[in-house]
Amino acid sequence: MVKRILTQRVEQAAEQLRESGALDRRGFMRLMSLGVVAPLVTACGLPGSEGAQRLLKSAEKNNERLERWLLKTANASDRVPRGVPIAGNAFPSYFVSRQMPVWDAATMGNWTLTVDGAVQAPRTFTWDEVRRLSTRSHTVQHYCVEGWNAAAQFQGIPFTQLARLVKPTADAGFVDFSSFDSGYHESWDVESTMHPQTLVVVAKDGQALSPAYGAPARVHSPIKLGYKNTKYLTRITFMSAPNGGYWSSKGYEWFGGT
Amino acid sequence: MTTPSASPRHHPIARATHWISAIAVTVMAMSGLRIFNAFPAFSPKGAGAWPWWPFEGMRAPAWATFGGWLGGARHWHFAMMWVLVINALVYLVHLYHRGRWRTIVPRVNTWRDAIEMARFYLFVRKDHPIQGKHNALQQYAYTTMLACGALLVVSGLAIWKPVTLGWITRLLGGYAYARWWHFSAMLLLALLVLVHVIMVFTVDPYAIRAMTTGKYDDEHWSPEARNARPLFNLWPRKDQ
Repeated sequence: MVKRILTQRVEQAAEQLRESGALDRRGFMRLMSLGVVAPLVTACGLPGSEGAQRLLKSAEKNNERLERWLLKTANASDRVPRGVPIAGNAFPSYFVSRQMPVWDAATMGNWTLTVDGAVQAPRTFTWDEVRRLSTRSHTVQHYCVEGWNAAAQFQGIPFTQLARLVKPTADAGFVDFSSFDSGYHESWDVESTMHPQTLVVVAKDGQALSPAYGAPARVHSPIKLGYKNTKYLTRITFMSAPNGGYWSSKGYEWFGGT
Repeated sequence: MTTPSASPRHHPIARATHWISAIAVTVMAMSGLRIFNAFPAFSPKGAGAWPWWPFEGMRAPAWATFGGWLGGARHWHFAMMWVLVINALVYLVHLYHRGRWRTIVPRVNTWRDAIEMARFYLFVRKDHPIQGKHNALQQYAYTTMLACGALLVVSGLAIWKPVTLGWITRLLGGYAYARWWHFSAMLLLALLVLVHVIMVFTVDPYAIRAMTTGKYDDEHWSPEARNARPLFNLWPRKDQ
């Protein structure tokens, strides 16, 4: 409707231009303002269009290529400088289940962490094994897709060490982290999992993870946005192709790197 | 009545990049505000109040945002940034190659001309100061806009890749400060764009044609010739 009227007006002004051979000031101003407004109004219908979505998808793919290259070439360590306060209890927490997921050994049995998929030696770790392997501790930033950041001290198993134990096959280019939080999962590129600061975390700020922060174990790396860092972890699966994730299937970018 | 000058006032590259950047900057600012609305504050969690922004927690109004939701706005932001950057590079190379930067970047003593311009706009001075292509106030405004653009790109990288490009983030004072620089540069740029648009319509509407078709008549249309202040002397100068 608006578009039709605008088109009409532009045509009128153009007609006037043809007849007089020149534009008077008013005609010129009208033509100019309509010339600017009309494409804008048309553009307002474009963002939701299929073409725009295709363009955005291709931009995401190309950005991912650049992000992977940056990860490979950059000296990407994110240790928090001394003197920067940790967030402590101000560290936000969330889950997707209706209620906070709590592992109940009485009904669910003992919690274990299974590492399987494209590996030569799949393994299931008990809580004691996971805790015994959790030797790395560092203070890093956590970057949320919403734009906030929070510093925390995390203690856990370096992912590279876990990978050495299960021996991924050559085609294992991706890793899925899944949970008992209503099946929440996110898959990563294997390069990001091998980042030295990617941990299977069991403790935050010197204390065992509380249910709010993903007890008994979660994955954490400063190299990925918060939503990629699955909490309430139960299974790690090496794969030859990515399988999306909870938020990346809802439309957030899959790579989610920092 | 008018004799169009032989060469266009603005080079075709300048005209094309001007309008492309108008669209790109608008989409970047509006999708950026949608991203900002997901966390309309700067302080890291657990770090107390942020000293350099009095409106912590205040969201931008929905009409000023673009992209629909956080994920959508991010997709637009990270796609449009390529249009913005490539367009800016084309423009800057053009500016350098043709020496046109001299018409935009102020000189050491341009502040004297700026004072004269201000005096003219405030009716203290009667006749329009003699200027080149742009007056002194324009030169300051346009150069500041370019500087804002550069800061926006650098601080944008610092926010987008705070770990893999961590050295840029640290250079700007950390992640929260990088976000704040990004936001502040956007506010200043938006303010200058607003002033720019108002001045175009109230002082020099002939600039719109000069920026689209390139057609311009210095002798009759330039603010200098028309002795034009905001809202005054909008009509072309009549031949004596």
